[in-house]
Amino acid sequence: MTEIERHSYDVVVIGAGGSGLRAAIEARLQGKKTAVISKSLFGKAHTVMAEGGAAAAMGNVNPNDNWQVHFRDTMRGGKFLNNWRMAELHAKEAPDRIWELEHWGALFDRTKDGKISQRNFGGHEYPRLAHVGDRTGLELIRTVQQKVVALQQEDHREFGDYEARLKVWAETTVTRLLVKDGRIAGAFGYVRETGKFVVFEAPAVVLATGGIGKAYKVTSNSWEYTGDGHALALLAGATLLNMEFVQFHPTGMVWPPSVKGILVTESVRGDRGILLNSEGKRFMFDYIPEVFKDKYATTPEEADRWYDDPDNNRRPPELLPRDEVARAINAEVKAGRGSPHGGVYLTVVGRMPGGAEEIKRRLPSMYHQFKELADVDITTEPMEVGPTCHYVMGGVEVDPDTAAAVVPGLFAAGEVAGGMHGSNRLGGNSLSDLLVFGRRAGLGAAQYVDSLGEDRPAPDPEDIERARAEAMAPFERMGGESPYAVHAELQQTMNDLVGIIRREEELVRALEALDKLRARVANVSVEGGQGYNPGWHLALDLRNMLLVSECIAKAALERTESRGGHTRDDYPEMSPEWRKINLVCRLAGDPDDPRVEIRRQEMEPMREDLLALFDVDELKKYLTPEELPAAVAAGDGEGASQKETAGTETEESGK
Amino acid sequence: MSYQAKFRVWRGDAGEGELVDYTVEVNEGEVVLDVIHRLQATQAPDLAVRWNCKAGKCGSCSAEINGMPRLMCMTRMSTFAEDEVVTVTPIRTFPVIRDLVTDVSFNYEKARQIPAFDPGDAKPGELRMMQEDVQRSQEFRKCIECFLCNNVCHVIRDHEENKPAFAGPRFLMRIAELEMHPADRSDRRNIAQEDHGLGFCNITKCCTEVCPEHIKITDNALIPLKERVVGRRYDPLVWLGAKLGIVKKSEDTPSA
Ligand SMILES: Cc1cc2nc3c(=O)[nH]c(=O)nc-3n(C[C@H](O)[C@H](O)[C@H](O)COP(=O)(O)OP(=O)(O)OC[C@H]3O[C@@H](n4cnc5c(N)ncnc54)[C@H](O)[C@@H]3O)c2cc1C
Ligand code: SF4
Ligand code: SF4
Ligand code: FES
Repeated sequence: MTEIERHSYDVVVIGAGGSGLRAAIEARLQGKKTAVISKSLFGKAHTVMAEGGAAAAMGNVNPNDNWQVHFRDTMRGGKFLNNWRMAELHAKEAPDRIWELEHWGALFDRTKDGKISQRNFGGHEYPRLAHVGDRTGLELIRTVQQKVVALQQEDHREFGDYEARLKVWAETTVTRLLVKDGRIAGAFGYVRETGKFVVFEAPAVVLATGGIGKAYKVTSNSWEYTGDGHALALLAGATLLNMEFVQFHPTGMVWPPSVKGILVTESVRGDRGILLNSEGKRFMFDYIPEVFKDKYATTPEEADRWYDDPDNNRRPPELLPRDEVARAINAEVKAGRGSPHGGVYLTVVGRMPGGAEEIKRRLPSMYHQFKELADVDITTEPMEVGPTCHYVMGGVEVDPDTAAAVVPGLFAAGEVAGGMHGSNRLGGNSLSDLLVFGRRAGLGAAQYVDSLGEDRPAPDPEDIERARAEAMAPFERMGGESPYAVHAELQQTMNDLVGIIRREEELVRALEALDKLRARVANVSVEGGQGYNPGWHLALDLRNMLLVSECIAKAALERTESRGGHTRDDYPEMSPEWRKINLVCRLAGDPDDPRVEIRRQEMEPMREDLLALFDVDELKKYLTPEELPAAVAAGDGEGASQKETAGTETEESGK
Repeated sequence: MSYQAKFRVWRGDAGEGELVDYTVEVNEGEVVLDVIHRLQATQAPDLAVRWNCKAGKCGSCSAEINGMPRLMCMTRMSTFAEDEVVTVTPIRTFPVIRDLVTDVSFNYEKARQIPAFDPGDAKPGELRMMQEDVQRSQEFRKCIECFLCNNVCHVIRDHEENKPAFAGPRFLMRIAELEMHPADRSDRRNIAQEDHGLGFCNITKCCTEVCPEHIKITDNALIPLKERVVGRRYDPLVWLGAKLGIVKKSEDTPSA
């Protein structure tokens, strides 16, 4: 048996995207010896792809913005299924996290008076997204990457070793968390370059592994998104919630086939882009749902006035939350009004006062992407777009304040954590989420380590051996299937049967198909050696994708309503009774062949002072009568009429 | 629409390897990385390749395609004739790990030696900067760290011996970026010259030519940096004028 390297840390962060690096920075600032592990090279995690911006109510462009308005938008976007405490912390702390980035060297686009500029985005009442052109994710990750380096430079000055207290393990994949007597004891993984195994001994592990998009065929996500953190958490005994909620971004590229799914940023719509069907109709006006009727323009004239005069006009329906726009596009294509390659048109041609030059300046990477990958010049031609699997709202169930999962020593932040975004995430709310909860997870982990004192659990040698054997198994099986083939089938199944529109009979079929795939995943074999072997890497990722797929399909079958990123054709209504319920997944049964089990869990009622931020009439659309604020329920509508005279949403928040 | 293309891909590790011939299907609209992925899925499951975003945003998939340093995910197959042999080799300046994957740790080591951004006494949220002042550094921050510029620069491409003394265009540009950052207070001009080899650069512009982000590395970063270094050496006032009161005067910041 090959020797296994061992390394000890106080805190191990799995994932080097925005949330992982922010968590690691915090743990290190708290004086903890910290490691960050990443499947890709340092600075290349998926966060690098984020385009539009990071939402934070700094009020730089519209002074009426504040955390209360941001909180409200977030809850609305998530259809009130969000963990309200997370939404509250996020709205309150996001501005500080953005200013902190600037203080670490980030260069955001500026307003005329030299502050950080903010742009409009779907579902956000005011211009709120701090951005750098359409490459905000790159700026974010580079800044935290450079902050990690800055801390390493401090340690180099102090200890003569850059890695004395903060080490980046690039191109290293964790395949198991090590748990001893119910508490985290470390993590097991392999170095991709050599295939050598490594044990990280650590009492606290922060999961920051991102999402699950690679379980779907059409996705904006990269190969890293195989749901590793979700699966690692399940296998360690933790719980996942809201897994049925998967965000399909309305605008992915649809042509040519090789780029199908690649994202077309929402900023295109924020910057005056409009959606048209094959008849040239601006169809989004036909799809404004009841709950948003009074907030969106009903004519193109009003919608167009809004860009320059948002205080006196309602917003264009192209900027409805993502689930609404994605469903609308889906419906147009189904009705035969789609573009030649099965999407609809998105165009900025003639829409910007500064013409082609302004388009290139505002949307440089979109201009570049369409030019290079599709031979389309977006300054003169429309883009063809359609829905693409983009983000998973579901994730590890955590304590809002400390990011702690139910397994002591386990923490989660970023896309892998659940709750913050409810049933649907607003654009821009992820990047700020990474920073707010990345920091909190790093802090939570450091405090947990302090609370342990000398009492640190040590990994069990048997668990390490089991993890090694599991990782080596694909080499030992002869003549099994290729992991690439099994992966392609899994993706097709999820795309076809657990996609944007769902129905019972298809979900049942999906679960049967996943059952069969489980046997095939257990039987894949790989060729070649352990050094940088992509076939082997994929074979190990399959276990994770299968587990999360099962969670998504099971939860989707269980939830018999439609809400945000979960649309049931057979249950099209949103139900106030279902709003109170989280579906929680955990593993049960034979530990060697565990199955996903689903439990219903009541949500904690929202705090009164937060409830009071909403107009009662709005609350009535989402909540059951018993949940409405006490005054309203008792006084039978008196509170409601009082609120009503306080004026519309916009005026009220303007105070 | 689809056709069978001839590919030659470098296979092997560390010391040894060879070009291996493949015939592989190509469909409309595909890029070189798609074809490499098809090879993995159908003929060479263990073919090592680094990639991530497949959208030209992460800078992972650098390689040399018919001798040209490029991103595999942004090189469309339609740029080659159907009967043309497409040769894909790893970037040359850095040691091969396996197949198309190279050891780029050189770059991360250089990055660590450049003193980080230094905001002085400013507090978070206090900074005020004008768009026209941040624009110059913003251009350099478009860098996706594909390292193609460092790969192509002749100072280290064929001269292993220069590596310790030369940070390469990517990291000289990083120094320029910090120098032009309106809120930075350190002075890295001396180390640009002394420690990081700015003097080696004889402005051939090969780096600028290969940059997939179209950053004008030579014209906008390296030449101005050279001018500032000269300015500092012979006439500190010229340079200080611009940053007076912000820069810690005549205090060279040492390498980190
Ligand atoms: C194209 C695109 C555009 C987007 N634009 C925006 C936007 O404008 N605004 C916004 O707010 N959000 C946006 N998002 C969403 C947002 O970018 C992501 O949700 C966010 O970046 C996720 O960050 P993270 O820190 O959770 O994880 P990531 O940045 O994805 O990082 C995950 C890390 O975990 C590592 N990892 C995973 N598994 C393992 C393992 N087993 N072992 C070791 N390491 C592992 C990976 O290597 C990686 O380092 C966009 C997403 C996409 C795809
Ligand atoms: S311009 Fe300078 S840095 Fe760029 S390739 Fe030429 S010598 Fe190298
Ligand atoms: S400057 Fe350009 S070529 Fe050099 S690493 Fe950055 S993106 Fe790549
Ligand atoms: S894969 Fe990201 S740049 Fe090519």
